[in-house]
Amino acid sequence: MRTVLDIVSIVLICGGVFFFLAGAIGLLRFPDTMTRLHALTKADNLGIGLVVFGLLPQMDSVLSGLKLLVVWVLLLWSSATVSQLIARAARRGTS
Amino acid sequence: MTAFLLASAAFVLLTVAIGLVRILRGPGDADRMMAAQLLGSGGIAALLLAAATGPSAVVDVALILALLAAFASIAFVKAGQGDDPE
Repeated sequence: MRTVLDIVSIVLICGGVFFFLAGAIGLLRFPDTMTRLHALTKADNLGIGLVVFGLLPQMDSVLSGLKLLVVWVLLLWSSATVSQLIARAARRGTS
Repeated sequence: MTAFLLASAAFVLLTVAIGLVRILRGPGDADRMMAAQLLGSGGIAALLLAAATGPSAVVDVALILALLAAFASIAFVKAGQGDDPE
């Protein structure tokens, strides 16, 4: 059982780390602001989400797992809001 | 498992540090702010990964970092708004 949970954790965390790598590379290589914002939001939402879901099987109590989920939900809301605001600021800057 | 968690935390920090090059190069302020936002979320991921191996109070630090990253970006947008009536 322990081994199965560890494997699930490793696969999910590797997925999250991959999305962070993709976000950083996209932030460097994409040509304009909107496409960079697209790369950034993938890293924010999917990267953190996969890392959190990968860490859930490693938690020893329900409360600490719930705290991880709270961090993820807060980050989802703030990143969704902030990406809209940054996109609006960038569009106003160029137009 | 501990070694894997710490290694992935270090790798996330490394990728975020690579992303910070955008702060030097970025043509607009929005691009620089995006790199700072990536630093915020990557730092949260690294803290969560490291917290699974050590004291669980580190999760609270990650929560504060999530809040501060959101505040920084909102402050950036409000400062750029100027006298735009919106």
